[in-house]
This record gives sequence, C-alpha cells and structure tokens, in this order.
Amino acid sequence: MNIDSIKRGIVLDHIRAGRSMDLYRYLHLDELECSVAIIKNVKSNAMGRKDIIKVDEDISIDLDVLGYIDPGITVNIIENGTVREKKHLSLPERLTNIIHCKNPRCITSVEPALDHVFVLADREKGVYRCIYCDSKH
Amino acid sequence: MRHLINITDFSTGEIESILDLADQMLSHPEKYRESQRGRILATLFFEPSTRTRLSFESAMLSMGGSVLGFATADSSSTSKGESLTDTIHTVSCYCDIIAMRHPKEGAPLAGSLISEVPVINAGDGGHNHPTQTLTDLMTIRREKGRLDRLTVGMCGDLKFGRTVHSLIGAMSRYEGVDFVLISPPELRVPDYVTSRLRAEGIPYTEAESMESVMDRLDVLYMTRVQRERFFNEADYIRLKDTYILDTDKLRFARDDLSILHPLPRVNEISVKVDADPRAAYFKQVKNGRYVRMALITKLLEQA
Repeated sequence: MNIDSIKRGIVLDHIRAGRSMDLYRYLHLDELECSVAIIKNVKSNAMGRKDIIKVDEDISIDLDVLGYIDPGITVNIIENGTVREKKHLSLPERLTNIIHCKNPRCITSVEPALDHVFVLADREKGVYRCIYCDSKH
Repeated sequence: MRHLINITDFSTGEIESILDLADQMLSHPEKYRESQRGRILATLFFEPSTRTRLSFESAMLSMGGSVLGFATADSSSTSKGESLTDTIHTVSCYCDIIAMRHPKEGAPLAGSLISEVPVINAGDGGHNHPTQTLTDLMTIRREKGRLDRLTVGMCGDLKFGRTVHSLIGAMSRYEGVDFVLISPPELRVPDYVTSRLRAEGIPYTEAESMESVMDRLDVLYMTRVQRERFFNEADYIRLKDTYILDTDKLRFARDDLSILHPLPRVNEISVKVDADPRAAYFKQVKNGRYVRMALITKLLEQA
C-alpha cells in the first residue's frame, strides 16, 4: 500500500496482525461517512505481518484508547499527500471510562455516575489498577 | 485541602509530625480542650462500627468541637436511594470535616473528589483503614521506640484485613522493615500488596504456622477473620479459628515482642494474654483517640 495515495487523513500503521477489526470497533470508525480501508496481513520487516487502517479524512482519534489497545501502533497524519506528523504511542498513564472495574466490592459497582478510572501500575507488564479499589486489569 | 484516603497520601515526615502531636496531646490533653471549638465533624458510617466511630467522636469532643452524623446506612438517605456523591455534597455544607466508613472499596476516595471539606477514610470495605494505621504506628513507635529496623508479623485474615493492607503500605516506607505474613492460603495478602513489596525490594515471607516464625518477630499484629467479608458462610466457619494466640504459643516469642490487634477480637487472642506485658492492644485503643485528634487538627489547619 502507498500511504501517499491519501491526500488528507490518517494512517494507523504497525497494528498487530489480526487486531485491525478490534480497533475499527473501539474507534467507532463504522460511524464515519468517509472511506476507511482495512488492510490485513501486510508483510513487515519488523513485525512479520501487520495490519494497516487508512482513514480518508483528518478525524480526531483518542490516542489514549489507541495506546491502551496497542502501544506499538504508529499514527501518521497525512496532509497534501505527505506525512505531516508521525505519532508513536505508549501506554497512557491514566484511562478514564475506557475499561471498567469488574470488582463487585468496588464503589463503581453501585455508583453509576462515577467515572471508571485506571492508572498504569506496571508499564512493563501493561498492568492497570482501579483508582478506587486497586483491582488489576 | 488535604484528605486522608490511603496512608501513603501522607509522607513519612507528615506522619511523624501527626504522631508527635498525638504524643503531646496524650501527655497534656488539657492544652487542647478548646482547640476545635466551633468546628463540626460529620461521622458518616454507612457500615456499622463501634470503636472507630466513637474514637472519632471522642477525639472531636475532647477538643471542644461538635459532632453530627449517622451510624448505619439505614439511618441515612442512602436507604431512600440517594447516591454517595449527593450525600457528600449535602453533608459537606453542614460540617468542617468528614470521617466516612463505607462497605464499598474506594467510596471515601469517590467522596473526596467532590467534597468541599477534608474527608478521612474511616474504613472502606476490605481495602484500607488509614486511621487505624496511624493508631498502629503510634503504638509501635511508643512500644518499640522506632518505626524502622523491625520484623513485623501479620497473622489471620490478611486478604480482607484492611488494617493489614494499610499497615504494610505504611511500614514498608521505613528502612530495614521485614514482613512475616501468616495466614491460611485462602486468606493471603492480595496480589496488589505483595506485588508492590516485590517491586520495591522489601523483604517478606509467607507462612502458615505461627509457631514456626514467632521467635523472629518484634511486632505481632493479630487480626480477626471477618464474617462480614465472606460471601459464603461455610468458608467463614472453616477458617475462623485457624489462629489463636495463647500463652503456650507466646513461649516461643521474644521478651520484647509487642502484640497488637485492631480489635474487636473474637477468639483469636486468648483473654489470658491480656495480662502479658507484651499485650499492647488496649493501649492501641487509647492511642487511637489521640492520633485522631492530631489528624483532625492537622487536616483542619490545611483546609
């Protein structure tokens, strides 16, 4: 694929092979009216195989969600047919209402108005903990 | 404005300054008799408690302040379906400081996020109980003369024992502290506590027999197996009498051991141990009042 073929939009590169449909759902790309291309199992020197998503419009993407799902993804912002910006992701320090606490003893289980907030406890292992009850996710 | 939700919200320096003030208050209570005149403490106990609630109320009354609140969720608007956040919004208009106990983990943190006055966690489910920890730290410091270089044994229900989780968090910040965690496999300390110990390189041992480790301990912290934390009554019955400290077992202990218990006890410490000079659990109760006086004073100074 040639990302330069997009005039203005976003290319999500280095997606772990097989995860592109998960991202498509998490980022609600099905709700967009512009063209969205999902390219699966592309040959990659670094990854063996990878997926790529191309969005033919400059949409705002929640980088925290993206970083949580797959911190290895590269976000390319395309303008006038060239890469204007390349963003390398990492696991976000804090996640709000992206994952939900499943501990029945946690206050979030009885207070529906509370935000579900997790903080990164172990970057190496990708462990998040609920700020209220310390449960692991 | 400061809150006390988790004991680690306070630095060791801040904790020492609370303990210093508590020591002064215990030695000269008359100096503080009017120090909180005109201030109001709200005690919101969504879960019943005798000792902690009375200790808070006694602390505020001993400084000339006033107290309002409720002792069970049944007597609050929660029974009418009011949310926790609405209750806290309302109560923080009526008082200067809140002490709150709740059966759900993290409830005091949720309250502190919207409260207009300082919130003190007086126990949240099986999670944390930082004012009991301040009481424990005050007692250990008065009994042993220090908080560092100690081998601290924790025995009983280490899974749901919130006082244990808070005390480990607090003591692990002092040099040379070594933990011996004595429990049946089903009631071991939760993973979030031990993973922090491992990450910080703090030594701990897990054991199932009290006798086998008794001679190593400077402090023995006994806990009750709490019926209210079990979803299954049969599990409670099976585990409740796993550890009973009696005079026979104390024969293995050092002469300068300090025995602590957050109380109430059921039968995990024989009443015969009460007369042993190493028993410090009733001193703990007394210390609890003074350390809460010191905490309320410090939080109101910063409000």
